[in-house]
Amino acid sequence: MNEQEIKQSIFQLLKRIAPETDPSQLKPDENIRETLNIDSFDALQFIVALDEKLGIEIPEEDYGKTTTLKSLLTYVKEKIERQ
Amino acid sequence: MIEFTMPTLGADMEDGTLIEWKKNPGDTVKRGDIIAEVETQKGLIEIEVFEEGTIEKLLIQEGTKVPVGTIMALIRPTAAASERENIAEKESIKLQPTEEKISKKQQLESRVKISPLARKIAVENHIDLSLLKGTGAEGAITREDVENAMIERGEIATGKTAHIQVSKEKSSASVEDIRSAVAAAMSKSNKEIPHYYLEKKIDLTKALAWLKEANTQRSVKQRLLPVVLLLKATAKSLKEFPDLNAIWNNGLLPKKDINIGFVVSMRTGGIIVPAIHEVDSKNVDEIMEVLNDIIPRARALKLRSSELSESTITVTSIGEGGADAVFGIIYPPQVAIIGFGAITEQAFAENGMLGIRSVVQVTLAGDHRATDGVTGSRFLGSLNKHLQNPDSL
Repeated sequence: MNEQEIKQSIFQLLKRIAPETDPSQLKPDENIRETLNIDSFDALQFIVALDEKLGIEIPEEDYGKTTTLKSLLTYVKEKIERQ
Repeated sequence: MIEFTMPTLGADMEDGTLIEWKKNPGDTVKRGDIIAEVETQKGLIEIEVFEEGTIEKLLIQEGTKVPVGTIMALIRPTAAASERENIAEKESIKLQPTEEKISKKQQLESRVKISPLARKIAVENHIDLSLLKGTGAEGAITREDVENAMIERGEIATGKTAHIQVSKEKSSASVEDIRSAVAAAMSKSNKEIPHYYLEKKIDLTKALAWLKEANTQRSVKQRLLPVVLLLKATAKSLKEFPDLNAIWNNGLLPKKDINIGFVVSMRTGGIIVPAIHEVDSKNVDEIMEVLNDIIPRARALKLRSSELSESTITVTSIGEGGADAVFGIIYPPQVAIIGFGAITEQAFAENGMLGIRSVVQVTLAGDHRATDGVTGSRFLGSLNKHLQNPDSL
């Protein structure tokens, strides 16, 4: 899975959680949850969806590494490569 | 005979539109069965029945808007209905739409009296309404009439199991409907309820440490959110202060079950407050399971009547990154609302020492007709005590 594909998957999952937003407009350093108005519950649904779709289990202590699109992409890519 | 009436799903509801009967005359029903779907400001709600018995008669036509309290059906209580139970397992029937061609004019025939559901089935299955004779009130065509016509046409093989295929129309409750429902309830509250407000800072360091440890042992899907601990602690404290878990109806009526109405904000504006039933008898995993089920359904406006009408108290939680404290408005006829602000790191003095702790500001708005500040204050003290002992939550 290349970076573009990962990005598309992330957009798709975010769109499912916040249907009225356009995740593809996210800037790399923007805080995803703040920009798309995602609460704690939906954030957890997103983590669950990432696990289901990409097989990536994000431990709670790593939540801080996934706050922006850029950091989330890097994190997911590394996780996939390590698998 | 039991009278089944249009239920009230909150202080703000005045009427509802019957969209579909889910039971037929002769069907037996038991507590919790869905008897009908009703369109309200809060979406398409599945209405549950709370008695056991056999449906004697359906009095309201599908598509009719009736005020709260209107008798909609008659139910014969169980004892008298035992002989009729064997017809409860009424076999459902299969419909296969055919390719029969009919003119557009016939499809659009609109002067015929017919319920919306019957019309939908008729249109989807190309039944010519002008050829039907209605058996409903004032000669209106009912769903049964349409189905009978299909049987006559040989499309329904009676006795085969399956179900009538009707594509469900999406609930039509809009942002404005929800807004006006919230407006009505909150205005009523502000007009009638003399609120008192209390606030307490509670150290959540221990509770969050417990949660972190608990979550390392759970799969992603089973992970718990801090709010689950807050809900469980609230339920435990309410057991000690039953006067806060109550409704006000010309006097205080404490409720036995602790059904916490949990405020869910809609992404497009407005709030919906579904009940989490009997929180005190659920463990933290079970509460999380309910949240996982109920929050998405609340946002999709797909709740059951009991979830909209049986809350005995309300909890609102601002969540991560939001305001430090929330001072709620009581949802009548309840007598209290508990608000949790965002959990933040704060300088916290305790036993002569200053430290950095994870703290939540908890507020309680109480109905001063029902309780006094001292009750509320002791309740918050109890809540603190429970949250300092997460092991026993």
